[in-house]
Amino acid sequence: MDLYRLKIHELQEMLQRGEVRSREVTESVFRRIDDVEGKVGAFITLMETEGLECAELADRRIEGGKQDGLTGIPLAIKDNMCMKGKRTTCGSRILESYKPPYDGTVIKSLEGHLSVPVGKTNMDEFAMGSSTETSYFGITRNPWDLGRIAGGSSGGSASAVAADECIGALGSDTGGSIRQPAAYCGVVGLKPTYGRVSRFGLVAFASSLDQIGPLTKDVRDCAILLTAISGHDRLDSTSVDIAVEDYVNSLDRDISGLRIGIPKEYFAGGIDPDVEKYVWDAVKELERLGAAYKEVSLSHSEYAIAAYYIIAPAEASSNLARYDGVKYGYRASSPEGLLDMYAKTRSEGFGREVKRRIMLGTYALSAGYYDAYYKKASQVRTLIARDFDEAFKVCDLLLTPTVPAPAFKIGEKTGDPLQMYFTDIFTVPANLVGIPGISVPCGFSKDGLPIGLQLLGRHFDEATLLQAAYAFEQHTDYHLRRPSLDAGRGK
Amino acid sequence: MECVSCGKCFQLERVINVEFEVIIGLEVHAQLLTKSKIFCSCSTVFGAEPNTHTCPVCLGMPGVLPVLNRKVVDFALRVGLAVHCEIAHYSRFARKNYFYPDLPKGYQISQYELPLAEHGYVEVTTNGKSKRIGVARIHMEEDAGKLLHDERMEADSYSYVDLNRTGVPLIEIVSEPEIRTPEEASEYLKNLRGILQYLEVCDGNMEEGSFRCDANISLRPVGQQRLGTRTELKNMNSFKNVQRALEYEIRRQTNILDDGSEVIQETRLWDAAKGVTLSMRGKEEAHDYRYFPDPDLVPLIIDDDWIEVVRGSLPELPQEKRDRFIKEYQVPEYDAEVLTSSKSLADYYEESVRLFPSPKVVSNWVMGELLRRLKGDDRDIEDCPVTPRYLAKMLKMIEDGTISGKIAKTVFEEMYLSGEDPEKLVREKDLLQLTDEEELDRIIEKVLSGNATEVEDYKKGKSKLLGFFVGQVMKETKGKANPKLVNEILRGRLDR
Repeated sequence: MDLYRLKIHELQEMLQRGEVRSREVTESVFRRIDDVEGKVGAFITLMETEGLECAELADRRIEGGKQDGLTGIPLAIKDNMCMKGKRTTCGSRILESYKPPYDGTVIKSLEGHLSVPVGKTNMDEFAMGSSTETSYFGITRNPWDLGRIAGGSSGGSASAVAADECIGALGSDTGGSIRQPAAYCGVVGLKPTYGRVSRFGLVAFASSLDQIGPLTKDVRDCAILLTAISGHDRLDSTSVDIAVEDYVNSLDRDISGLRIGIPKEYFAGGIDPDVEKYVWDAVKELERLGAAYKEVSLSHSEYAIAAYYIIAPAEASSNLARYDGVKYGYRASSPEGLLDMYAKTRSEGFGREVKRRIMLGTYALSAGYYDAYYKKASQVRTLIARDFDEAFKVCDLLLTPTVPAPAFKIGEKTGDPLQMYFTDIFTVPANLVGIPGISVPCGFSKDGLPIGLQLLGRHFDEATLLQAAYAFEQHTDYHLRRPSLDAGRGK
Repeated sequence: MECVSCGKCFQLERVINVEFEVIIGLEVHAQLLTKSKIFCSCSTVFGAEPNTHTCPVCLGMPGVLPVLNRKVVDFALRVGLAVHCEIAHYSRFARKNYFYPDLPKGYQISQYELPLAEHGYVEVTTNGKSKRIGVARIHMEEDAGKLLHDERMEADSYSYVDLNRTGVPLIEIVSEPEIRTPEEASEYLKNLRGILQYLEVCDGNMEEGSFRCDANISLRPVGQQRLGTRTELKNMNSFKNVQRALEYEIRRQTNILDDGSEVIQETRLWDAAKGVTLSMRGKEEAHDYRYFPDPDLVPLIIDDDWIEVVRGSLPELPQEKRDRFIKEYQVPEYDAEVLTSSKSLADYYEESVRLFPSPKVVSNWVMGELLRRLKGDDRDIEDCPVTPRYLAKMLKMIEDGTISGKIAKTVFEEMYLSGEDPEKLVREKDLLQLTDEEELDRIIEKVLSGNATEVEDYKKGKSKLLGFFVGQVMKETKGKANPKLVNEILRGRLDR
């Protein structure tokens, strides 16, 4: 049996029953990586030694009768989460050899479970991008079509899950960075409510928008992983002290009577016909399962991308100021004085997209422009949030495509940043508003590329989101299909 | 104050008074005495090995987040309430963005649009006149680190960064531009520092930088509404330097305006050694700090309960204490002013009065011998070797005649030097007052017979000579004789 193909919940049971050892699973995953990583390029750093050591510890714990959720499960981590003593690059030259002196809260949680670290996955530099093409460490390819992008910024995590290079993964989502690559790679990806998962140890891109979340092979796995990382953290002032629901055991709750809103503005045009067809099929499927749908209006959504590309770069310009060559990370050689050191270090250390956003954000916050840009964008953000509040008065969930079209070709949009930015048009509002969103596979295009369905829920109502996604998944088989990477398998 | 150009004439002073009105606003940064930093749990203790009081949070490592220390808010609230501010129920932290190696995150967490407290005042008295100086705002922020430069300043020399101070809590107290003279500025600062010390939120040490002051100053022709161009003065590390720097700057700006030129808006550094202010950076080099609300910190909500708890815990403040001293102890205003100039001095005084309930006597000793001695040694009252208990004990010994007032000065000096019990000192040093009448009789006899001429003169009516005889007796007894008895016996003998 190819253990690497299994899901978290399948392995949980097998580990518990003693049918398999974590060490075997972990070895299987690393052999899979040996086979396909050369094609996919999902990882920046692999952690085979640490992973196997951890698997042994996990096996001992399981023998002692303490398999709790993630014990012994090999997981991949996006390379913007700090792991003590392990290189954390954010896909940037400026942190090429940076090793954090501490563990982030989410990493601590995973370590507490004794889940097995597989490695740190590739990402757009500082999570700025929608294709994982801006990484200093190279491009991650879509396992469904190696000529196409995996999406981003959590492209490494999404493709690692799709290519079975790990059992599950963590990503981060600032404007769609979990959901969009999940859709492109045919996996499940969830962005939790802002404040549900601690950001302590997540290298900040845009602090008011960033959330860590799971990328998994199915919805049940997503619920398991979300449970493990959720909860209040005193180290993150923006994390919220609201009890974590039992996402796993509430999964098969009946969805009949659930009210699903279809935001008309999202279907106004510009959606790929295959995507539109499969998303409407999904609506019908949910209706068949007892849910009711109705059209709603989110009239300010058309300004979401504009507001996002002011707010996110503004926060980023400040968050990235600490990479100055003084304390850690890359420092340019032989600068002439302090200013030159700053200028050279940052010119050489950051890539084009990061520099573009630093400049955009710096401009938006400058004296005399603040009111016209940052403040205005914040006001628009409030209006968008009100639209969602209104919509959630008449429905329990919102349903949209995750992305307007399936994965595009590598290099297709790198020359046109605006085109690239618009791939996030359906995912960005959830970050601006802070609500949770999930992307689940809902079909395949004529070219055989995965299509994602996005469900958005009320603040802290991940449970309903997962229930609807799970019901849909139980009656479809899109999540069971696998990319044919094995065709070229050497061993 | 002499003329800047010739250094001799006093003409400029007249010009200032006649033609220009001086507008001064002060910005004070006060380090708060919390045990831990404002956004992490590192110690705030001063003087540790470089970079030992640091953690990933105050080092600005990637991925860290700030968590507000509630104690800092408590301390800032105390100050806000003590200077009669309105407290904001909703305030926010903001990021002040600029690059410098002592600022590890590349921004300082401060408050900008929505500060903690606004619209208060501090009362100052100059030349006997009282005036309220408005406090525009008080906000909380984090301190930056320190740079240590290689003294050689060669091409291969390094600068070092010490981040122990990074994240030490500060409050910035901004005055309204309502200060009109350097004296007022100095009084404002002294009073403000007194309040902070009374509240026990800041040690007020200007030399060590836990109480820092920058000044904005401009001149305008009397009667003009529009403010003149201001300069910002930095690097004034004592009350005296603040006053000197402002005086210098008034002269400098007056000269410029008198010449028909224009003052340039800039930041100037006070050079205490040279006694001048020097340009540091101009308006065009001024930073654009790109303030925006810090998304890592939630808005700070302060409800009435919190405010009332803090208000209820406020101690008696300098002015209230001064008024009470005048009323309760019946000491003159001047005494009350001096005795309440620091909380520890006031506490010392009150404890002494409790043990020896003659307020004016205690006041004379505290303000006389005690303060003179401390000042001479540049010591604080906290380090005074003479405890209130020993001072009171000594005063009692004067009162019951055990020692003479004159000898008391010696006893005090001995106490000050050794910190010993005055009873023990009097015994050991043989300083008991001479009250044995027979013994005194014998000595007086000796003095009178040795000064026959003066005795004659006295009897002829030169009664002033009584003092001379008392002096002689004191000299003979090394000051130990009871002056009252000496007087009595002398009169008895001479007036017979």
